[in-house]
Amino acid sequence: MESQATNQAAGGSAAPHKSPPYMLIWLVLFVLTLAEVGVAFLSHIPKNILILILLALAVWKAALVAMYYMHLKFEPRKLWLLAISPLPLAVILVVIVLAEGW
Amino acid sequence: MERGPSSFGVYNMKLGMWVFLLSEVMFFTGLIGAYIILRFAQPDHFALPGQVLNVPLTALNTFFLICSSVTMVKAFAAIELGDQKGLQRWLLATAIIGMIFVGIQVVEYTVLSHEGFVPIADLYQAHGRQGGHEVLGGPLYGATFYTMTGFHGTHVSIGVACLWFTYFKARRGGYSAANFGGVENMGLYWHFVDLVWIILFTIVYLI
Repeated sequence: MESQATNQAAGGSAAPHKSPPYMLIWLVLFVLTLAEVGVAFLSHIPKNILILILLALAVWKAALVAMYYMHLKFEPRKLWLLAISPLPLAVILVVIVLAEGW
Repeated sequence: MERGPSSFGVYNMKLGMWVFLLSEVMFFTGLIGAYIILRFAQPDHFALPGQVLNVPLTALNTFFLICSSVTMVKAFAAIELGDQKGLQRWLLATAIIGMIFVGIQVVEYTVLSHEGFVPIADLYQAHGRQGGHEVLGGPLYGATFYTMTGFHGTHVSIGVACLWFTYFKARRGGYSAANFGGVENMGLYWHFVDLVWIILFTIVYLI
């Protein structure tokens, strides 16, 4: 069965908003990817700092995809909260697994 | 099937897709968590970035996946405006780029396995891309690598199949400015696959 996904009819899609600059976001993602590869191989940064920088760049890219390409930025607040709900669980999972390892 | 908005303010199919994606977050978190703990526990089983894995090729593949995300969102933007031709064109581009991603991953797997980078303890003999005599890393490296990238590649392959379905449905006029739920949910899944790859690329290939 089809789902109706108009902004008003089903009340289901993201709130009416100006179309995000998709190509600009693509360019930023491309530049960030280049930066990641460059930082990983061309720098003499201490390993721990390097890992933090690479993770920060990855999270930045992932956030751009989620916020603009998945339109999370324009979704109702409840859905936004639902979408980020597994993040603390994911952190807890990784931390507990790491703690077990030590 | 109820068509109205759910208590989360979105239509049910979209809410269902989001809940499914959240379960996928936990699934990949489990894999990534296992990788991290194994890497910390058995550092001898892992090699430095670029020693075994072909990072430039995978960076190119990452670029393709990012491109497919923008074509997917362009397809969605097109059907929001009722642009049928635009929808079909961008969906076709997304499906083709997705296939290129899978194809490159197959090539990567083929080359790596020929170089001895396999997830089997008795057969593991990865000497790295420089062709030295020393075996770099161990079978844990191969096992975790193929598990994580393999599951992701499977997700991409399923996504490509769904993209072709969506494309052919679009060609039959199955979507409109008043009915684009299928395209939107297809996009959510595809962007999620891109998002997961962004994290995996960093953790598996660069760190």
